[in-house]
Amino acid sequence: MTMHTLSVLVENKPSVLARVSGLFSRRGFNIDSLAVGETENPEVSRITIVVNADSSPLEQVTKQLNKLVNVLKIVELDPQQSVQRELLLVKVRADRAQRAQVLETVELFRAKVIDVAPDTLTIEATGNPDKLDALLRDLEPYGIKEMVQSGLVAIGRGSRSITTGPALRAA
Amino acid sequence: MTRPPTPETLAHRPSPATVAAAAGQHGAVVTGPVATTGAGSLVRSLEALGVEVAFGIPGGTILPAYDPLYDSKVRHILVRHEQGAGHAATGYAQATGRVGVCIATSGPGATNLVTPIADAYMDSVPIVAITGQVSRPAIGTDAFQEADIQGITLPITKHNFLIQSPDDIPRIVAEAFHLAATGRPGPVLVDIPKDVQQAPTTFAWPPTLDLPGYRPTLHPHGKQIREAARLIAGAKRPVLYVGGGVLKAGATEGLRKLAEMTGMPVVTTLMALGSFPDSHPQHLGMPGMHGTVPAVYALQKSDLLVVLGARFDDRVTGKLDSFAPDAKIVHADIDPAEIGKNRHADVPIVGDARHVIDELIAAVSGNATGAGSYPAWWKTLNDLQERYPLGYDEPTDGTLSPQYVIERIGKLVGPDAIYTAGVGQHQMWASQFISFENPGTWLNSGGAGTMGYAVPAAMGAKVGRPDVAVWAIDGDGCFQMTNQELATCALEGIPVKIAVINNGNLGMVRQWQTLFYQGRYSNTELGTHKHRIPDFVKLAEALGCIGLRCESKDDVDKTIKAAMEINDAPVVIDFTVGKDAMVWPMVAAGTSNDEIMFARDVRPTFEEDDL
Repeated sequence: MTMHTLSVLVENKPSVLARVSGLFSRRGFNIDSLAVGETENPEVSRITIVVNADSSPLEQVTKQLNKLVNVLKIVELDPQQSVQRELLLVKVRADRAQRAQVLETVELFRAKVIDVAPDTLTIEATGNPDKLDALLRDLEPYGIKEMVQSGLVAIGRGSRSITTGPALRAA
Repeated sequence: MTRPPTPETLAHRPSPATVAAAAGQHGAVVTGPVATTGAGSLVRSLEALGVEVAFGIPGGTILPAYDPLYDSKVRHILVRHEQGAGHAATGYAQATGRVGVCIATSGPGATNLVTPIADAYMDSVPIVAITGQVSRPAIGTDAFQEADIQGITLPITKHNFLIQSPDDIPRIVAEAFHLAATGRPGPVLVDIPKDVQQAPTTFAWPPTLDLPGYRPTLHPHGKQIREAARLIAGAKRPVLYVGGGVLKAGATEGLRKLAEMTGMPVVTTLMALGSFPDSHPQHLGMPGMHGTVPAVYALQKSDLLVVLGARFDDRVTGKLDSFAPDAKIVHADIDPAEIGKNRHADVPIVGDARHVIDELIAAVSGNATGAGSYPAWWKTLNDLQERYPLGYDEPTDGTLSPQYVIERIGKLVGPDAIYTAGVGQHQMWASQFISFENPGTWLNSGGAGTMGYAVPAAMGAKVGRPDVAVWAIDGDGCFQMTNQELATCALEGIPVKIAVINNGNLGMVRQWQTLFYQGRYSNTELGTHKHRIPDFVKLAEALGCIGLRCESKDDVDKTIKAAMEINDAPVVIDFTVGKDAMVWPMVAAGTSNDEIMFARDVRPTFEEDDL
């Protein structure tokens, strides 16, 4: 099983996200991550989906997504040819004794502190999933009280834009 | 709502003519702008699309639409249950090739449409379902008769809409018809809140469709067609595996030409019966669980399947990994997602079956190697046809044989009539023992297997094709699910014929209990024999129909002819038949097609010569 990142351009209309997510559960495809937002064109939203699939089920995913009337275009982003980011907010136990060490970790990962309480620090970090995993591993010994993560978003490298590039339209 | 068009919208902007053509309408209409209400705009849209009939039941939230419908040239047929409206729309669509329309109110009215919508989705039938919804401010409050029908039908519609503004009605209704009828056809639901129906708006026609993400591929890729032609020329044991897509594309003449040019054997699935004449010498019959031995064998031993508008359904393939193990696959379908879904395609072809077949004909006739006549292959197949024809044994207990009844109906009523069926043994026997010679003459619930389909579908078919005799072959179980529509037929002047193959049991379930549950007949006895409850003759009469009964072989022809004479009322015939007859051949569920049984404990023998 390999991870694939699909960028799906959809019409920005009610019920579109339900159509996309419903399709995944109905067809028995597993989503690892899903993120939605508007694009440069307010009529178009972009859904970034990370799926763990072999190539043949992935082809089915793509074809079934393409059948949805509100789906405009699907592009698979090559990890080498794209930038991938997640956002992490994490509340870490950090009393006076630990605080310096936690701040050092924050520095190392180029994360930042966004809220301070007497016994905790809340940290914001962005990065690819590997980097955020590493950060969490380093913070874990201090005690993670709460965390929240966004889905992955990704964009192709270079000057070409997804709207002008070729779409993934198998068969 | 006006929005600036995107480049994609501009690239895919059907003209009024294409919209009209999609709806099966003759000429394009130009109207407007006229001041009206949302409801008025809906009914005017249906008129502009050339809708001649809609099946439905009014209720609270759809009431505004029924007011302008009262004066409309659209004929409304008041059914007795919304499920009947949905299957009638499906029967109408399958018999005419036009979009069927059904209407229901919100909540339970809409949820009663769920079964026929799911049915139409599985069999790719173009219907548009229009439902009332509670007023916009009440949506989401669990209001009286509120149901999220858009959410409920999300997985069983090709697309669905919840209309938010009366100004959107013409465009969305036109889009619904366009989506239902084009590409791979299917059901589309349009949910309209009551206050949207009541609000003032202007109606203008034609609207501009805005479906930038919808671009069905109609024309196949030339390279793939050439590759398919090359494989056909080189094959030794090819088979044309034909599905319902060929009927939907209106490609039956082309299919015949292609088959005769190449000399390939043809099998037609349950959804494709009538696409290729049953009487044609190249027709091996239906493949699958209750297919003919030659059809099943041909697929299993083939070295090339040319699959046209079919989808490798589990009822055709049996155990998938042992299906046609030596065959290369040329798979043509209008829906790219069907290609490679169940079976890898060596040559995938996306396109409308009509274009695919036309281009295959051109490519095959240009083949330097020419088309083969496959003498060794035909020798084997002809031998199987001779040794394993479809047939049945007369019951030894003196009861009437259900297969005989169905066979006689087929013979006496003939191949120009339209036959509908419910689901079960009677459906399989009808598929086997009626000779289907013409497209659009066999309507049944193939994918969903919806019991109760026959009566309302027959009603819809008869409304669409009033000049043609329409016979429903039904079971006593199925008949009890939807016979209320006979009241509709009686009152609306829809003289359908219903042959109830009454074996007193849920026959197919009983057959499985006989074969796989040691004859433990749990809950399959219906009491229509033992207690004569209901008495189908009396029931027919109560519903305003003529009721006939036939209990002996000698009376079968007489009774069928008597029914054929009656054209001013619906007729129900209670054919009281034996309960022990079984459908053969059979490939048991989950087993390989190689395990096909010709009859109980009778395994066909195949010559394992090297072909």
